[in-house]
Amino acid sequence: MTSSSVVDSSVDVGPVAEIVAAHAPFAEADIIGSLQDLQERYGYLPQPALDELARLSGLPVAKFYGVATFYAQFHLQPHGKHTVRVCRGTACHVRGAPGVMDSVTRQLGVAGGETTPDMLFSLETVACLGTCFLSPVMLVDNKYYGNLTREKAVKILEVLAASHTGKGAAN
Amino acid sequence: MEVHAAFATELAAVGLAHKVALIKTGCQGICAGAPVIGIDPEGILYVGAKSEDVPEIVRTTLLGHAVVERLCFQDRRGPIPKRADVPFFAAQKQIVLERCGRIDPSSIGAALAAGSYEMLERVLTGMEPQAVIDEITTSGLRGRGGAGFPAGRKWAATRAGHDETKYLVCNADEGDPGAFMDRAVVEGDPHTVLEGMLIAAYAIGARHGYVYVRAEYPIAIEHLKIAIAQAQELGLLGENILGTGMNFDLKIKVGAGAFVCGEETALLMSIAGQRGTPRPRPPFPAQSGLWGKPTCINNVETLANVAAILRMGGAEYARLGTPTSTGTTIFALAGKVKYTGLVEVPIGVTMNQLVNDIGGGAPPGSTFKAAQMGGPSGGCVPAKYLDMPIDYETVKEVGAIMGSGGLIILDNDTCMVDLARYFMEFCAKESCGKCPPCRIGTTRMLEVLERICAGRGRPEDIASLEKLGNAVKNNSLCGLGQTAPNPALTTIRHFRSEYEAHVNEKTCPAAFCRGLIAFSILPDRCICCGRCAKNCPVDCISGQIGKAPTRATEQDREQGKVGRPYVIQSALCIKCGACLDVCPVDAVVKK
Repeated sequence: MTSSSVVDSSVDVGPVAEIVAAHAPFAEADIIGSLQDLQERYGYLPQPALDELARLSGLPVAKFYGVATFYAQFHLQPHGKHTVRVCRGTACHVRGAPGVMDSVTRQLGVAGGETTPDMLFSLETVACLGTCFLSPVMLVDNKYYGNLTREKAVKILEVLAASHTGKGAAN
Repeated sequence: MEVHAAFATELAAVGLAHKVALIKTGCQGICAGAPVIGIDPEGILYVGAKSEDVPEIVRTTLLGHAVVERLCFQDRRGPIPKRADVPFFAAQKQIVLERCGRIDPSSIGAALAAGSYEMLERVLTGMEPQAVIDEITTSGLRGRGGAGFPAGRKWAATRAGHDETKYLVCNADEGDPGAFMDRAVVEGDPHTVLEGMLIAAYAIGARHGYVYVRAEYPIAIEHLKIAIAQAQELGLLGENILGTGMNFDLKIKVGAGAFVCGEETALLMSIAGQRGTPRPRPPFPAQSGLWGKPTCINNVETLANVAAILRMGGAEYARLGTPTSTGTTIFALAGKVKYTGLVEVPIGVTMNQLVNDIGGGAPPGSTFKAAQMGGPSGGCVPAKYLDMPIDYETVKEVGAIMGSGGLIILDNDTCMVDLARYFMEFCAKESCGKCPPCRIGTTRMLEVLERICAGRGRPEDIASLEKLGNAVKNNSLCGLGQTAPNPALTTIRHFRSEYEAHVNEKTCPAAFCRGLIAFSILPDRCICCGRCAKNCPVDCISGQIGKAPTRATEQDREQGKVGRPYVIQSALCIKCGACLDVCPVDAVVKK
């Protein structure tokens, strides 16, 4: 089902039991919440963890899969260490967001929705972060970067990448 | 944050720490002036302050009782020290935002001191539920989430539902790009929302409630959690509230990134752990909602008005605004305007007042073209309607909707066709896929718009968009599909010439659409710095770094230091605009 290079059998499904217990008594209303907890724990939704969640909760895995594929926040593929969310809201759009997105995709070498091969960055576009007065805006993990220009955005990512490799700018 | 820390240090240093209350507040409204510092009781406002300015502020204003002029809001006449005199604030009437930016949102003590839960107590001990509903009906309060449905009517319908179990849901999904007032209220004054919910629950007879917050608002979620915990601790939530026997429990449900979940029936599906697909109505949620029980769903801003309305009386509230659209509403001013931020005004102010008096007009180098109202469900209101009073009805007449209150100001650099494409892309992506008119219709409309923007428009395209647009509008299952064609239809209606230029002449009047513009470098202005070539992603710019030929001396020539002006190879150019962005002397032009 997945085409990732990560071997799924290496996933430890132990933590899933805790998550199910936290939502006891487990009902359909807990599907989204438990998936959010799962993703918080693993960084994404590994297939073995989903299977375990289904098994322990007594609900069919198809139900979880249906919900996971509907909502944009859930990832079925491994995610990068850093999540870069470029805002594509209206205010950002009219103040230069397309240019920023352009430069960021070129800098990272991936398109929106993809993860860099070194697993450092996952790039996403968000419809609106609600910080329109700072447009154009980029959210890296939990930090907001506003009033961006192409160069500022690229610099931010270069600095972040360098902090991991200890060398100069990343790919 | 650094400014806050700087204040803490400085106040302690001069011995004022116990005399001056240093409060970290929610949004003060004038986001363009961030970081914003408000000093009371003087009512002074400082904008754009940095941590280095703090010692001066403490010395001059707190100790010296004088004003630091350069940190004041500036207009043509000079500095304006008092918040109440600043045009951005002077024209506002703040009911919902009154305490936002004045109190510490993580302190229930601050909320109580500012009046929270006073009305709840009065309601629970002295008003019948029907009387509460009557007062809200008298006020004329309409849902502030976008549809503008009368709140009193919704409450009455839910109350009339035949079931012991009823639900109250607060819609804090605020998915509209450009709207951030719900976020500000939940972050900056959560207790006003909680109090509104408690009063609503009492009125309709609900014992269980949910606040559905979108995941993209982590700070709002955090502040809400704190507020709920504090309210529970004080017996304002849970069992036997204020000793009156009322029970109401409240849970937070976090969204997972689906715009359609702002639609009430889709939202209920999401709370129930399902894919967020809407369903036909009737039955309305008031009759059969969450798990089939009578459910009342109200927007954050709607609920945040409740306590204030009861305090002033419904009739008094109805005196504000216009006869059919009473009260105040919050607009989120963004885009090409000087002062972006949140403004609360009586409904009925004109676009002119919002954009120019409050917003400060267009920034230098920009000319107002249109205002986009209501997000992806709304429309563009062009300059000729600047003096139109904005209310739920007038906005509909020009083809837009009031919507969430997002107001994005556009100028001559904005291509209206691209804007329609941009919104259609959003709607097509966010469509839940359940009904064919929306699922297929938005995709087809997007295809046409993309072709037009790429310079491959066909003569029948504009008529196609109108035909498709009406089909999608009239046949879609929910509000998302029913309003998705609005941006395209209103831009065709008010800016038809731009569409015709794209389709017939293959040009983009705003010089934005990549397929229709060409970039070139003015050789006389080029200073041969090479920055354009360095930033070009496809290496299509060539020249030589050195002194500009027009400024080179004989010596430069002998030493071979003269550069060659840079030239763009149009055939390879991908029109990304990177060169234009980085050129320090504006030598790159596009048309």
